[in-house]
Amino acid sequence: MSDHQSTPNRPDNGRVVKRLLLVVVGMFGFGFALVPLYEVFCEITGFNGRTSNEAAAVNTRAVDTSRSINVQFITRVNQGMPWDFQPEVKMVRVHPGETKVVNFLVENRTGNNMVAQAIPSVSPGEAGLYLNKTECFCFEQQPLAAGDTTAMPMQFYLDPEIPAHIHTLTLQYTLYDITANATPDVLATMLAN
Amino acid sequence: MSSAAGTMDHHDHDHHHHAPSGITRWLFTTNHKDIGSMYLWFSFIMFLLGGSMALVIRAELFQPGLQLVDPHFFNQMTTVHGLIMVFGAVMPAFTGLANWMVPMMIGAPDMALPRMNNWSFWILPFAFAILLASLFMEGGGPAFGWTFYAPLSTTYSSDSTALFVFSVHIMGISSIMGAINVIVTIMNMRAPGMTYMKMPLFVWTWFITAFLLIAVMPVLAGAVTMVLTDKYFGTSFFDAAGGGDPVMFQHIFWFFGHPEVYIMILPSFGIVSAIIPAFSRKPLFGYASMVYATAAIAGLSFLVWAHHMFTTGMPVAAALFFMYCTMLISVPTGVKVFNWVATMWRGSISFETPMLFALAFVILFTIGGFSGLMLAITPVDFQYHDTYFVVAHFHYVLVSGAIFSIMAAAYYWLPKWTGHMYNETLAKWHFWCSLISVNVLFFPMHFVGLAGMPRRIPDYALQFADINQIVSIGAFAFGLSQLIFLAVVVKCVRGGEKAPAKPWEGATGLEWTVPSPAPYHTFDTPPEVK
Repeated sequence: MSDHQSTPNRPDNGRVVKRLLLVVVGMFGFGFALVPLYEVFCEITGFNGRTSNEAAAVNTRAVDTSRSINVQFITRVNQGMPWDFQPEVKMVRVHPGETKVVNFLVENRTGNNMVAQAIPSVSPGEAGLYLNKTECFCFEQQPLAAGDTTAMPMQFYLDPEIPAHIHTLTLQYTLYDITANATPDVLATMLAN
Repeated sequence: MSSAAGTMDHHDHDHHHHAPSGITRWLFTTNHKDIGSMYLWFSFIMFLLGGSMALVIRAELFQPGLQLVDPHFFNQMTTVHGLIMVFGAVMPAFTGLANWMVPMMIGAPDMALPRMNNWSFWILPFAFAILLASLFMEGGGPAFGWTFYAPLSTTYSSDSTALFVFSVHIMGISSIMGAINVIVTIMNMRAPGMTYMKMPLFVWTWFITAFLLIAVMPVLAGAVTMVLTDKYFGTSFFDAAGGGDPVMFQHIFWFFGHPEVYIMILPSFGIVSAIIPAFSRKPLFGYASMVYATAAIAGLSFLVWAHHMFTTGMPVAAALFFMYCTMLISVPTGVKVFNWVATMWRGSISFETPMLFALAFVILFTIGGFSGLMLAITPVDFQYHDTYFVVAHFHYVLVSGAIFSIMAAAYYWLPKWTGHMYNETLAKWHFWCSLISVNVLFFPMHFVGLAGMPRRIPDYALQFADINQIVSIGAFAFGLSQLIFLAVVVKCVRGGEKAPAKPWEGATGLEWTVPSPAPYHTFDTPPEVK
């Protein structure tokens, strides 16, 4: 075996192994790097129907009254989530640049104080890039005492740049029970009220 | 397959090798032939075990309604069948073949890293012991499909999921070590004159496969680790409520998963490229194009993963990109099929069992490739997705593709491994029984799939009953046919007609220059390759 390894002009085994191990470690890291990369990718392309988790700047755009777009609302609760969750209206018709407020009604039908988190999804995905929410209940965790009801507002406008082929967009919210993982100050606020 | 036991006593080199006997010989061996044999036996045992699980599935599906097993156990069978066949049967079989053949084909005395070689084999039985033990835990074993999509594997999985994760970790480490060993061996241990473009195609395809392995197995390890922390440690990689995304799981998984399916087919291309020229008595047509086609397939495999997830919804531009990239793979694959056919053209062909399996591989793998092209077409994929059509497709490429090529390889090199010729009559029985039953088993699945029968469901609509009965009969026939293979191999190991150094008239390559059975140590002095 040793006469093979001493053949000149060939890298020794240790060096090749080290390089290959570096690739292995790098690819393991790359697997995890895919998580933030995917976030960024979805944010930029609107892939997967993401919308921004942060409030958009207040609307200063001119309203484009030449066209109207249907914005539909769908609500659902995650499996095992006992709240009632409905949009006040199923659909609004807006001009690009026009600001609208839509309320979503929730009822905590249990005997426990709970905290919920709403996750939005827009279809078609590219429309998500032009949906600007200046205020949304989905930006924060939503506490609700046992048996309570409330209306959660969502204020939005569509960017006038929205492509002409989009006539309808659907905004879906899924409500998740996050009572177990809610941040302590949300719970504290809720108990204080 | 385990041959060297008898030969090491009478090989005449006085080596520094003091062979232990009994079980310790196998536990401590660093010999590439011993380790190759262990890999091959291990993979065969796993093949029978995973096959029995498939038979549980087919027995349940023999009739509509729930008869034999409850749905949760059915799900565990589909899951563990897939995991065992992918990680326990096909991949170790290829690693076993690489261990046996790569050093002999390039004129090396052994693998470059023999101790690591021992480790990479011996952690495998532990991985599968853990996986199989999880089936007996309270709540059952993994039941979320071998693809372990979140949230099935996180929110809705049984408590034994940690065992699944650790077993996949160990399988991954084993594959990575095996791949590193193959790469280092090929880069550093080639005999003088054995340039890269003189290497046999089996060596080339394994070389490329090994790079795929070290590129994607760590990503799989990352994916299972994220499942582990999501389930047990409160992270939210795939949990939308916590800011994660379940669809991202599919992206990460298939980024591993698609190169993985080529890991399971590229070495087959190498095997078939050795066998078809040997029995056509002509050199391989288009050697260089074969090498480039293999590299092209490997490269493209990183750009097509989302064709597994068209139905998750994606922008049209993305769907088109993945569709065209997927279809593009059929070009280098077509080059290969053309080259095999051109190799046979006007050759003087004889039909010994390895050649029969290789021919069946070319035809049946091509059928699997065509159904793959159908699945690549985004709009129609919405109809085929998650139906038995998909099951038919990947079983054509993996059973009548990968596994047929492994059997072809076993018949082709058995005389070299054991020093005996196998029983040709029995082997032909094995071939014809397998060929007929594999088609009875998988071909009708295309039809029920197109008609809408979903995969991974223990019950089905009544109109699928007749075809499912035919499929189940094919399954049992195919399973039992493999016992003939076991008989052939056992008979061949025990005795039989003495094999010459080169039992196949048209075979080429360094492995045929050493006696049969191959001595425990080969190429202590490197051969000169011209």
